[in-house]
This record gives sequence, structure tokens and C-alpha cells, in this order.
Amino acid sequence: MLAHREAIALGLALGFLFRIYMLHIDYRQYPSYPHGVIAHLSLGFIAAFLGAVAIPALLAKEYTAVTFLALAAQQFRDIRDMERKTLEKLDESELVPRGPDYIEGIARVFEGRNYLVMLVALVTSSLATWLPAVVGFVAGVILSFSLAHFRRGKMIKDIAVVRLGQVHFRGANLFVEDILIMNVGLIESRNLMERYGVGVVIEPKDDNARTTLANLGQRQAIAHEVATLLGVRKDVAEPEFTPLCRLNTATGRAALFILPVEPDKELAVTAVGKVPVLESAVRRPLRTLIGRRASD
Amino acid sequence: MEFRRLKDIIAIVTTNPETVGGGGVPIFYAADVRERERIALYLSRILDAMVHDLENGTYFLTHH
Repeated sequence: MLAHREAIALGLALGFLFRIYMLHIDYRQYPSYPHGVIAHLSLGFIAAFLGAVAIPALLAKEYTAVTFLALAAQQFRDIRDMERKTLEKLDESELVPRGPDYIEGIARVFEGRNYLVMLVALVTSSLATWLPAVVGFVAGVILSFSLAHFRRGKMIKDIAVVRLGQVHFRGANLFVEDILIMNVGLIESRNLMERYGVGVVIEPKDDNARTTLANLGQRQAIAHEVATLLGVRKDVAEPEFTPLCRLNTATGRAALFILPVEPDKELAVTAVGKVPVLESAVRRPLRTLIGRRASD
Repeated sequence: MEFRRLKDIIAIVTTNPETVGGGGVPIFYAADVRERERIALYLSRILDAMVHDLENGTYFLTHH
């Protein structure tokens, strides 16, 4: 059992460490600008403090402090807005933009994390108030790891089979296997694309995955992630080299075409597999009777 | 509410003048296939436009 002050300190410390840990495991969703990290760490600190203070304040009959909590929690909604605005601005100068769905997803994640930090700090400080400090500490650590694990979300390779596809032209039309990507006029570009282009076929495992892959935001996110990881041979005024992810509506299979800087084709497959499934792209038609009947 | 502009053909490059006509869009007549390629490439890079092939001797450029 700890006095209020020590319990608060312990909750604060664990909550803040949890925030640092979450920044660390998600480097891909975060462009590495040091000041962005600082902004998130300071907000994480505030969140941890709010969470840690809640129960001890109640116990000390400081009810005003608790109402302040509610007020402060409102502020965290602004984080989503802040993150969205920054990323939208940055997206304008990306060769392969993230797209609004991906940005919304990232912004939501950043908002949600602060609530998780609050929860960790709250559980730690309140347990440390009533039980031995070690119990609070251990519970906080376990909670941190399990939350981090559960909110990691799915990746494309969990919902689909990802493999290499053959890139070829039929006349002026570029195909990855049987999936039409685009019509390319310039013969020089066609030769370049046929020689260096990589096609990745994404085969959905079920009808839920099929609707997810049909989502335009999800496909843009795939193109963006792969272009970021492997680089893309494209500059402004070269629209035909834009990586595209297109769908075969008959089979539900999607295909990504990209001209990577990195020539290793297997890497492209791995990169596609690791793209996160966007929260906003998830649909579950199979949960409904109509969806299940339709899938027969 | 914001309305998205429909896609326009912004230029046509052809070696086969009989297949195109009408107004509104500049038509570049090329003497042969190589010239058509070159004109289309220049226009594409300058206008940041995509070249599409109609496979009847006519290319057109549009923004995506």
C-alpha cells in the first residue's frame, strides 16, 4: 500500500512508459519528425497524470479534481484533429499519397492511445493505493503489454493470400495476371514497366476480406506503404509510374502494380502482407444472415 | 459541397487523322509512330498527363 502521492507517481511513470513503448512499436505509422514525437510524449504525460490522479483524488474527497478530469479528457479529442490536419498537409506533397482513409485511421489510433495510457495509469495507481505497490506495478505492466498486443490490429496477410503475379501487356493494357491495371500509351514506358515492374496478387480468404480489399482507401494504403518501403521509380509528371492497386470484380482478387527502386520482388510480397488492415475498411458481411447466404 | 471535375481529354496525338475530329481539344498530327511517341512524351511530361493508347493510331492525354 502506498500513500496517494507515491501511488500517483507510480501510475504516472507506468502510463508514460507505456506511451513511449507504443511510439516505439509503431514506427511505420509515424513519420519521423522529432517534434511530432515530443508533442505526443507530452500529451501522453498529461494523459498518464490524469489517469493516475483519478482514484486517489476521489479517495481524498477532492471531487473538484475529478470534474477537471472530465474536462481534460475532452481535450484529447483534439489530438485526432491535429494529427489528421498534419498528415493531410503532408499528403499533398507525397508522390504516392496515403489517402484520407489511412490518415483517418492513423489519427484515430493516436487519439485512442491516450485513453489507453489513462487506463494503465488509473489501474496502476488505484491498485497501488489499496494493495502492495508491487501488485500495482505488475498489473500495470501486464495490462500494458496485453493492450499493446490486442490493439495491434490485423495485417493484409491475415485476411488474404499474397503472392507474386506475372506482369504483362495485352496491346496497350497492363495486366497483372488477369487483372487490368491501366492503359499505357508510351512504348518506352511499357518496356520499362515490363522489365522492372512488380505485380503482387492479393487473394481474399473470405467474403469479409473481399469487401475490405474492395475499399479504395485500403488499396491506396497498400500502394502507399509498399512505395514507402521499397521506393518507387517515379517523379512528378510521370503519372504512368504511379503504383496502382486494382480489382478483378469477378474474383474479388486485387493486384498491385509498382515500379520499385528495390528490385527484390519477394520483398514486395512481404511488404504488401504487412500493410495494416484499415479500421474503416473492415466490413463483416459474413456476420449477417444475408451475407452468409450470398456467399454460398 | 465540393464537386469533382470530370476527366477531360486535354490533347490528342495521332498518325491516323481520319479517326479523330471535332473541336475543343488540340490535335497533333504526327508523320509516323516515332514522332507520335515523341510528341506524346513531351506533352505528357510538360502537362503532367497520362498518355493512353486507343490502338487505332491515336493517343490521347488526360489527367488522373
